[in-house]
Amino acid sequence: MEPFTVHTGRAVPLRRSNVDTDQIIPSDYLKRVSRTGFADGLFREWRAAGDFVLDQPEYAGATVLLAGPDFGTGSSREHAVWALQDAGFRVVVSSRFADIFRNNALKGGLLPVVLGSDAVEGLMAAVETAPQTELTVDLQRCQVDCGGQNYRFELEESARQRLLQGLDDIALTLRYEEEILAFEASRPSWKPKTIPAIT
Amino acid sequence: MTARTLAEKVWESHVVHREEGEPDLLYIDLHLVHEVTSPQAFDGLRLAGRPVRRPDLTQATEDHNIPTDLLGGLIEDPVSRIQVETLRANCSEFGVPLRSMAQDKQGVVHVIGPDLGLTQPGTTVVCGDSHTSTHGAFGALAFGIGTSEVEHVLATQTLPQRKPKTMAVTVQGALPSGVTAKDLILAVIAQIGTGGGQGHVIEYRGQAIEGLSMEGRMTVCNMSIEAGARAGLVAPDETTFEYLKGRPHAPQGAEWDRAVEAWRELRTDPDARFDREVVIDATALTPFVTWGTNPGQGAPLAAEIPDPSSFADPAERDAAERALAYMGLQGGTPLRAVAVDTVFIGSCTNGRLEDLRAAAEVLRGRHVADGVRALVVPGSMDVKAAAEAEGLDRVFTEAGAQWRNAGCSMCLGMNPDTLAPQERSASTSNRNFEGRQGRGGRTHLVSPAVAAATAVVGRLAAPADL
Repeated sequence: MEPFTVHTGRAVPLRRSNVDTDQIIPSDYLKRVSRTGFADGLFREWRAAGDFVLDQPEYAGATVLLAGPDFGTGSSREHAVWALQDAGFRVVVSSRFADIFRNNALKGGLLPVVLGSDAVEGLMAAVETAPQTELTVDLQRCQVDCGGQNYRFELEESARQRLLQGLDDIALTLRYEEEILAFEASRPSWKPKTIPAIT
Repeated sequence: MTARTLAEKVWESHVVHREEGEPDLLYIDLHLVHEVTSPQAFDGLRLAGRPVRRPDLTQATEDHNIPTDLLGGLIEDPVSRIQVETLRANCSEFGVPLRSMAQDKQGVVHVIGPDLGLTQPGTTVVCGDSHTSTHGAFGALAFGIGTSEVEHVLATQTLPQRKPKTMAVTVQGALPSGVTAKDLILAVIAQIGTGGGQGHVIEYRGQAIEGLSMEGRMTVCNMSIEAGARAGLVAPDETTFEYLKGRPHAPQGAEWDRAVEAWRELRTDPDARFDREVVIDATALTPFVTWGTNPGQGAPLAAEIPDPSSFADPAERDAAERALAYMGLQGGTPLRAVAVDTVFIGSCTNGRLEDLRAAAEVLRGRHVADGVRALVVPGSMDVKAAAEAEGLDRVFTEAGAQWRNAGCSMCLGMNPDTLAPQERSASTSNRNFEGRQGRGGRTHLVSPAVAAATAVVGRLAAPADL
């Protein structure tokens, strides 16, 4: 995973709540077996309807998505994170994220920033007034700066360190191989097994 | 020892490694896999040269992409076919057992786990699918994960997780006659909202929950994710044990007795505290349907579609306006006046034998309304066989409904069963998102009984309306 330390970029305001992952990337894109190439599916239906904020020229090249509450609800598809990243996004800001989306984003290096709804509103208003405004999202200081607006955000320390250093979760876990083996030795014998398959 | 909730007990018994400031490393008892969220995970294993650590704790199935027509062989869509073939190749390469389409015991991933007796009380269950919460009905801690986490579990059989908060949803009193588990969970989601359970594991308890069958409990737990919860569970009891006994992968003989003894301990301690508690009065519930484009936008069938101006919160008002515009509906219209084109009975929410029985009871001796397409899709090939043994397939076909093979079908628009633009459905599935059942399709979430009555009337209806 590419480390995330500090990111500066322009932001696009998506004034919708309950943006579910079916809207972020429709299910027909999930038939693919690759991890990339999802940018053209991002918000496909809303873009097709026309006049969608992401397609307004003043927001072209934005790398920070400012969204309403309950972003990323619904399906567990990590493709939603991949689609946002493929389209150039590095950060999503919302007052509340769905748990699975948030986990997927942290695994993939897309930073989910939780701010209070007043702060999200303040940032949206700023970029609506002046779309060229740049935001700086600093994961070292856990702070978002945008003109005169400065907001602290929280992220659990373990996830923060993984992002800052771009660590591989699986390699980290495999350091505990002996503990995993010991746990496996202590599991009750009646726990379910899928093999042999029973017909 | 301090009093603990059921979720905390299951959690604590699976901690492999704990370190201050780090998420707990949890052991995973059962990993369910399907074709959509696994290919990139298997690719990751190959790149790193890692094996699947415990194929014997992993079960794969084909469900999302497959056609459900009774021909049972060919996947015409080349992209879907490649995805299913990729799963077959990956399972073969890594030694993971697979249930293939139209074959014995294949089905929707959250139907076959319980069908096969793999889903057991006190276990941890994960799958790259948000509706993994279904398995919580057995007192398992079961949650959906993304593809990176699928790879992590394949490689290590563990998952680092932050401990969720706990929430009790206590459903007091008994459900009135004609009110089902689906009506109950839709009403819960409407009350607490699509983000109401965020960061929590919900334990459903109270008289109405204890009175539910395993199928009903699975319907309730299945939709925990629609309330934003990490997982949902129900304490195991005699209903659970009776359901499990004799299933193919359930413990046998003396092992069964030891297992049941352990399972009986899986209850929230009397003085345990939940982080949040919600109380629902079951006796006040009636058949419940959705009118909008998220599962929290629901109302009693007897009500009218709300006028967006009735919402005090501007964000909710805006969301309701957008939803009604998408759905082609007007505030103030009685829900019973809404005409549908298609009825879908199936999915991991309502595709089990009891659901099919409930629908058949309504359709027996009646006929689907002119111009309405009705699909009945069993959740697994086992459910299909059991339904056919009772003659339910004939009830459906004689009523003019289509009888299918097992699969996710019209729940999610990834296979040939889809809605056309502006086509309206009454669906026993779990999501009414824009385009969920096909581009431009309009979905009303309902129970199997309401779906069947709606098929007969051609408008949203309950069996009591017939």
